[in-house]
Amino acid sequence: MAKEERRKERLDRGIKARTDGLYAIQSWREVGYLVAPRAGLILGLLILPLILPGLYWQRVLALAGVYALLALSFDFLAERVGLVCIGGAFVIGVGGYIAGGLNYYFALSPALTIPIATFGGALICTLLWLPCLPLRGIYFAVVTFMFPFLTQSIILAGGLLGSTEGLSPVAGFPNIWVGIYLIMVIVLLSIFGLRRLCGEDIGIVFAGVKDNDQAVLASGINITRVKVYALFIATAMGCFGGAFIAHFSGFAGLSLFAVDFSIMPIAACIMGGPGTMAGPVLGAFILAPLSELLRGLGQLRVVLYCAVLVGFILFKPEGLLNWAARKYHQFEHWVKV
Amino acid sequence: MASKLDRGPIEEVAAVDILIYGIVNGMTFALFAVGFSFVYGISRLPNFAHGALYVVTGFIAWTFINSAGLPFWLSIILSLIIVSLAGVAIYQFVMIRVRGMPISEIIVSFGIALAILEGLRLQGIGGFKGFIGPGYVLPRFIDGVVDTPWVTIDLQRLFIIAVGLFIMGFMWLFTHYHKMGLALRAMAQNERAALMLGINSDRMANISLAIGSALAGLAAIAIMPLGNINCESGYDVLTKAIAVCVIGGLGSWGGTILAALTLGLATTIMSVLGGTMWNNVLVFGLIIFILIVRPSGLFGQQKELEERV
Repeated sequence: MAKEERRKERLDRGIKARTDGLYAIQSWREVGYLVAPRAGLILGLLILPLILPGLYWQRVLALAGVYALLALSFDFLAERVGLVCIGGAFVIGVGGYIAGGLNYYFALSPALTIPIATFGGALICTLLWLPCLPLRGIYFAVVTFMFPFLTQSIILAGGLLGSTEGLSPVAGFPNIWVGIYLIMVIVLLSIFGLRRLCGEDIGIVFAGVKDNDQAVLASGINITRVKVYALFIATAMGCFGGAFIAHFSGFAGLSLFAVDFSIMPIAACIMGGPGTMAGPVLGAFILAPLSELLRGLGQLRVVLYCAVLVGFILFKPEGLLNWAARKYHQFEHWVKV
Repeated sequence: MASKLDRGPIEEVAAVDILIYGIVNGMTFALFAVGFSFVYGISRLPNFAHGALYVVTGFIAWTFINSAGLPFWLSIILSLIIVSLAGVAIYQFVMIRVRGMPISEIIVSFGIALAILEGLRLQGIGGFKGFIGPGYVLPRFIDGVVDTPWVTIDLQRLFIIAVGLFIMGFMWLFTHYHKMGLALRAMAQNERAALMLGINSDRMANISLAIGSALAGLAAIAIMPLGNINCESGYDVLTKAIAVCVIGGLGSWGGTILAALTLGLATTIMSVLGGTMWNNVLVFGLIIFILIVRPSGLFGQQKELEERV
């Protein structure tokens, strides 16, 4: 009759408790425990391009880096500021077209066009989305999702910016190593920069806007201004990605507005672990090569891809990194109830 | 269009043409949108699989008619039943777990939609050829055209108007006078209060998805005979449904119809003036404009404050 019930008990490892405070620096083992995951990420991203076989996979890796940037900015906006922005394709498109256009029409070098595209593009995106900022949840998501389609239709219907052919050629990087290490370094800087930002005062205000914007308003802070800061930072990362793609592929065209750039970062974020910053990056570096591997399968690829996505949301909503962090910090065993 | 000999002055003909085809176009928009609007209005679930259900109905009906050889009406009824069950399955097995998390709801339902639409195009697995090509056409209810002094219109387009009006009227009566319809509206207004009055919210959400999917199916059966069945139209239907819902305001029947007719007329006029290229610009531009200027849509009143602004 009475069914034996068990539950999983989780306890922090001793070393986790010890490394929480200042005492961590007392032994190499504890310093190692703290440093290992971070060093693993940094070294992993820096060494990965060296050990990959051939140009093809290096290009895939660079593309994965762009997806990682987008996933990071999606994660930052959605989980830290509470703006669910699924218009990654628009941001990429704006950045890509600015960089591509400057290079194509005025022959500026990538060293100039990329910074201009990053900050100018972020400014444009922020200004265009400024009127939408009062919207919340699914409505902000729908508006931002519509923007790439709108721009695409305008470019097509008006025959602007090279229309269907796009702008080509756009100057590439001197060699592939410059490109690939540029994106890797930017990804790393963004992860640690955003983490630091979220720990500052403004990060607390971001969290406040996400959880209870009325309370933030009541303490005399202009929430629209705070959202604008966040949006500018996030779109700057996306625009950099766009400019990078334009120069890396030597082409700026309508493919920059592909839905992939809106959907894939979300998938990466969900797979990697929402709200963890490093998780979405991990997710992007898993998903992008995976989808390249499955390219031969044709339509089945999309079906599998969706199955993975839905499966993760339903059965593992915490994502890979949260799961891994739990394994790293805690041990668990079954106890009788 | 047929010859315009022995008809009125050309401007008059063009105006009536635009009006009639605009109304038909508007009714198509309305048919696309009712199911989506119904589900979202009642259970707050953005069912992004709406377009996929629309396409699926077409293919199921086609299979019943052509491969199984069932009579037309029977296969329509069967496919509607199947698609409602699919809607229930989507809620029961998937959506129920993510309810209340908007972004997960969108991703999950969009994931299902992508899986269905791309799955229908799969080729070469188990000898399945994939539903691609112009061969997949649903039969019209009755073939024929109506000739008036100004315009020639085929019966199927008139049927679309009739079906649209019938659905609107039926749904309005159902949600205002039937006990279950009232329960659905109660849940839309205040889920907790409805729960306290003994309305099972999960069952109501199931019912709303079943009805919403059946409405998508009905739209498919009425509209698809005009062209062939293809998977791409699934995305198109979804976009148009969202456009109508956003512009008209969710949970408002009048708003939905009005927005659909406006969009229908506007796109028809647009394609006469500037070519169909600008249609998408118009639709997306309107959505963004309306959301920014009047976030609850032209006629939406429900939960305006806490949800949008």
